[in-house]
Amino acid sequence: MSIIAAFFAIIRRDLLLAFRRRAEMANPLFFFVLVVTLFPLAVGAQPHLLQAMAPGVIWVSALLAALLSLDGMFRSDFEDGSLEQMLLSHHPLSVLVLGKVIAHWLVTGLPLLLAAPLLAMFLGLPQQAMGTLWLTLILATPLLSLIGAIGVALTVGLRRGGMILSLLVLPLYVPVLIFASSAVDRAAGGLPVAAQLNILSAMLLAAVVLVPLPTSVALKMSVN
Amino acid sequence: MQTLQKTELVVKNLSCSRDDRLLFDKLNFSLQIGQVLLLEGSNGSGKTTLLRILCGFRQADAGEILWRGDDMAASSYYADMAYVGHADGTKKELTVLENLKFALALNAPGHYSIDQALVKVQLAGFDDNSVQTLSAGQKRRLSLARLLVTHNILWILDEPFTSLDRQGIELIESLIADHVQQGGMVILTSHHDLNLSHLALQRIHLDTCQ
Amino acid sequence: MSVIPAPVGRFFHKMASPPHFYALAERFIPWLTAILLLLLAAGLYGGLYLAPSDYQQGESYRIIYIHVPAAWMSLFIYVLMAVMAAIALVWRMKLAEVMLIASAPIGAGFTFIALLTGSLWGKPMWGAWWVWDARLTFELILLFQYLGVMSLYGAIEDKRSAAKAVSILALVGVVNVPIIHYSVEWWSTLHQGPTVTKMDKPSIHISMLVPLLLMAVAFKFYYLIAVLQNAKLELLKREATSQWVKTLLEKSA
Repeated sequence: MSIIAAFFAIIRRDLLLAFRRRAEMANPLFFFVLVVTLFPLAVGAQPHLLQAMAPGVIWVSALLAALLSLDGMFRSDFEDGSLEQMLLSHHPLSVLVLGKVIAHWLVTGLPLLLAAPLLAMFLGLPQQAMGTLWLTLILATPLLSLIGAIGVALTVGLRRGGMILSLLVLPLYVPVLIFASSAVDRAAGGLPVAAQLNILSAMLLAAVVLVPLPTSVALKMSVN
Repeated sequence: MQTLQKTELVVKNLSCSRDDRLLFDKLNFSLQIGQVLLLEGSNGSGKTTLLRILCGFRQADAGEILWRGDDMAASSYYADMAYVGHADGTKKELTVLENLKFALALNAPGHYSIDQALVKVQLAGFDDNSVQTLSAGQKRRLSLARLLVTHNILWILDEPFTSLDRQGIELIESLIADHVQQGGMVILTSHHDLNLSHLALQRIHLDTCQ
Repeated sequence: MSVIPAPVGRFFHKMASPPHFYALAERFIPWLTAILLLLLAAGLYGGLYLAPSDYQQGESYRIIYIHVPAAWMSLFIYVLMAVMAAIALVWRMKLAEVMLIASAPIGAGFTFIALLTGSLWGKPMWGAWWVWDARLTFELILLFQYLGVMSLYGAIEDKRSAAKAVSILALVGVVNVPIIHYSVEWWSTLHQGPTVTKMDKPSIHISMLVPLLLMAVAFKFYYLIAVLQNAKLELLKREATSQWVKTLLEKSA
């Protein structure tokens, strides 16, 4: 098969696998909603406070949901030898990796958009910020999957890689968090958000191009 | 015009240590079409490590591996070889058919169609069974079916006979014999006594390779 | 190729060999220590005694003589680590790997000192032990990046793989460093908070600048000494089974 066909084959395969384990598919979504729910419980349910915190709370929760779902990206393939088979393919690993990351986002990141209206309602986010919330989620969740892929690739060979994964990936997530939450915050105040969205788009494009190579190198190291 | 390089695997002066132990030093061998290389040695002697170096998963401390005269990475090595290791390399949630189709996505097609391959490994009719439902022996045979449907000259097999009964072992031996007669080459490790003496068999014993 | 004169090339080639590096490091360290002590004495005397007190902050500003060079070092060392990472990955040079991991705890230490001194500075100035200003927040995230490198190296058993892993991480991290810097800068302007950055003033008096630069150079010498010590130790660990290490340990026994 050609490389493009292989790329789509791997996306299809991963989507099929996720569907076969569909009980697990809703977990990131539930986690997202659950974490947001914790905040009013912790800080008190004053509407003004919640409304001011809403963009940040939603985005930190999305980040944590993404972080939690990262481990599944390569673990199964690592354990059953499929990852080794991908390394042995004459197709460049970078392309296969990009396919896997896209599939991962489709399964774990995209569903988070479904929760957005519910969470906006829970925290009293103004209606005018909803569009920006959707946009930031669409731009930044793939970015989180991409950046996270490097961390997963570095730690997939470790037995208890989870905690280290968070330590490695969170500093890389900080800029995404800053721009995404600030965009929603500004939109809530009726201010223009073009700059933040442009920066997020640029980061996404850069990540699509730059992430597959170090991820492939890290996977080869992990398979050692 | 391309000069046709001889289809040959050449290993020169390969050395590797693991956990501060020297596994092998200045290992030299070559493998031609029609030959089988059997790696022998006690547990921990470095057989699997050597196979993993030959797969490119691990880098040796020193030495070269040449395929058709070129360095492993620069040649058509990965297009021409296939590996079955301790792990099956199959997804347990997918069916037999889906697994083989995906293998064809990663590698060029080989001599056998999926149906023919399944017949040959005695898994005909198991197309739509998910791998989870297969026995250990059946899973092993599925891994070998993967070798049949994809194009490859060199087979690298790490303990291919585990989980197989007498019948299964004979099946694998016949697959190896067929492959080698049809212009392939095989490197394998095994604890079992093998009935491959009618083939051009090289043996390397790793404990003595220091 | 022939731009580099042969003796220099031979020197670097020799340096890359662990036993030679070890011996050279041992010879240099006492001299470097002497220079360090001189620079520290000069810098601290100039900064704590000679330099005039600030017209705004009085005497408490003097912590910049530790805070600012420490912050500079925290950044300098990470960039250096990234350079070593690139060398280690491209040329598979063991010494580059060793220097890389030897630098990480030192960089983390300087980052921590920058945070600590920044915090100490903030207390008399703003009455709070911590302020979320751009530099301190940046240093905090940088500290996590250093800790990540150290944790990852420790977690991977095979040290050759571990070195490759932290090389990749250092390179990815160094790309993140300017991104963090600018995004945190921008973020801190959103909520006009207090700043601990005296150095952003357009001009600094020469009597304050000279001790600062002396301290900066002194800290570089400290780094050099510490990284050579760490590297020697790491080299002994990684080459424990080799002949030169066995000979060395026998000699010193």
